[in-house]
Amino acid sequence: MAADMRLPTLRKTVALSESTSDRKNLVVPGDVITSDTGFMRGHGTYVDEDKLTASVAGEVQRVDKLICVRPLKTRFNGEVGDVVVGRITEVQQRRWKVETNSRLDSVLLLSSVNLPGGELRRRSAEDELTMREYLQEGDLISAEVQSVFSDGALSLHTRSLKYGKLGQGVLVQLSPSLIKRQKTHFHNLPCGASIILGNNGFVWLYPTPGGLDEEEAGGFYTSLEPVSVSDREVISRLRNCLLALAAHKVLLYDTSVLYCYESSLQHQVKNILKPEVMEEVVMLTQHKLLEQEG
Amino acid sequence: MATVQVSEAEKVYILHGIRDDLRADGRGCEDYRHMEIETDVVSNTDGSARVTLGHTAVLVGIKAEIGKPRPLVPNEGYLEFFVDCSANATPEFEGRGGEELGIELSNMLYKVFNKHCLDLRSLCISEGEHCWLLYVDVLLLQCDGNLYDAISVAVKAALFNTKIPRVHISADEDGGKEIELSDDPYDCMRVDVENVPCIVTLCKIGHRHVVDATLQEKACSVASVLVSVTHSGSVTCTRKVGGGSLDPESIFEMIEAGKRVGKSLHAPLMKLLQQEESLGKRRQKVGFLG
Repeated sequence: MAADMRLPTLRKTVALSESTSDRKNLVVPGDVITSDTGFMRGHGTYVDEDKLTASVAGEVQRVDKLICVRPLKTRFNGEVGDVVVGRITEVQQRRWKVETNSRLDSVLLLSSVNLPGGELRRRSAEDELTMREYLQEGDLISAEVQSVFSDGALSLHTRSLKYGKLGQGVLVQLSPSLIKRQKTHFHNLPCGASIILGNNGFVWLYPTPGGLDEEEAGGFYTSLEPVSVSDREVISRLRNCLLALAAHKVLLYDTSVLYCYESSLQHQVKNILKPEVMEEVVMLTQHKLLEQEG
Repeated sequence: MATVQVSEAEKVYILHGIRDDLRADGRGCEDYRHMEIETDVVSNTDGSARVTLGHTAVLVGIKAEIGKPRPLVPNEGYLEFFVDCSANATPEFEGRGGEELGIELSNMLYKVFNKHCLDLRSLCISEGEHCWLLYVDVLLLQCDGNLYDAISVAVKAALFNTKIPRVHISADEDGGKEIELSDDPYDCMRVDVENVPCIVTLCKIGHRHVVDATLQEKACSVASVLVSVTHSGSVTCTRKVGGGSLDPESIFEMIEAGKRVGKSLHAPLMKLLQQEESLGKRRQKVGFLG
């Protein structure tokens, strides 16, 4: 029982000098990107007195003569192959609607999931009627973006054993810009928990699965056995570390999360979110990351 | 109320966590998230406070006006509450969406803060004719669970911060009374907040109860009990919210826990408010953009 009350302090970001110097292509609204008229106006820009100006805060991208600004604070703009974590919001005819932090709900077609009983199973009318047994409203899934519709909505698929319904664990919702694109977004961290870093900013933390029985059910089996206290502590610590890193805008990938976890070990789990502890932990993490880069 | 969806497996995870006294964010069952309090944030009020608890953020402003006392208690002033649910907090509050919650909250606050908590007699100017009326306006800026507790702390902090100008009553020749406000801005009276209670919300989740539930935890609970507790540990008001039913035994347990937790809230709050006050002008104002 403790209530920690304090006066608010001015926010300061823990930035190491290296990252501040590397800001050439970052703009804020109103910044003039170029006064050269030979460029084409792309997303996130407008022309003000013949000067190409940024209308959002973000990173300038040039493709030949086209200049765009990719906003940093944004909803998820999916691309084919992205790993996402999403929540089922609706069960419809032959499809599920999935909330993935994009502008429009994504769809997961019944034909693009692996149903229990082998890959080559035909989908019958009966499957359509029992869709809610596989995934119901509120369930969390991991999936991959199969295609992007013309309006920007995403079509997902779970046709691999690594995707499917998520069981017990903790969801952390962060900004999609903070997730680093990598070869794999599924990690079994050595500290004793697993993590799915969805490209859409949804991060799923769960105890590392031990048995193989889950895969046999085609990803629809969820264990409701109690998770051990030690696993829980690791997951909670990782959760708070993720929030700390996100608060200080550190790019998230397996190494940064792991270093943050290691740096936080001297503090109690519930104390990590206190501003001064958060600052210290993130600082340590950034030093470790710099050292590792060499 | 802002609601979140939680899947069955997540619920099981939260439930077992609470059973083991280790919640998803590492807290125990009777721990609060850390709270940030700043007073004197709105310059055109007589007293104001901003409280953030996790991601819940509330702003309270108090305006003192001269009004007529209620007929049944002619020698007391009183407090009026209004809770505004900003659509910034959650899109559900857009239009009239937050009205119901706002009325529910303000009724609860009226009940909690208008009885034996303040010296309401000190707000009386002349019996039966004039009294100070404190308009307490609460603005919900962000919702992340546990609104009642955050609001009650913010109200207490704002009351502590409230400065009511002193008045002098002078009688003119034909017996009429004239109220004169002091010109000196420092000549003001303060409200004694010693007995102002704080609300503790206890959510029943599984077989245990937790304080300061997040929205995810709230989604797992069927019923909660609000207990308003003063610094000495006496309970001034209790209320049950939520559709589920509670065992009489567990209600008793929850009130006991609420007393214990509520009592421990006051000391750090008062210490913080006094510390802030003693800093005076040297205090670094943070406001909303810090």
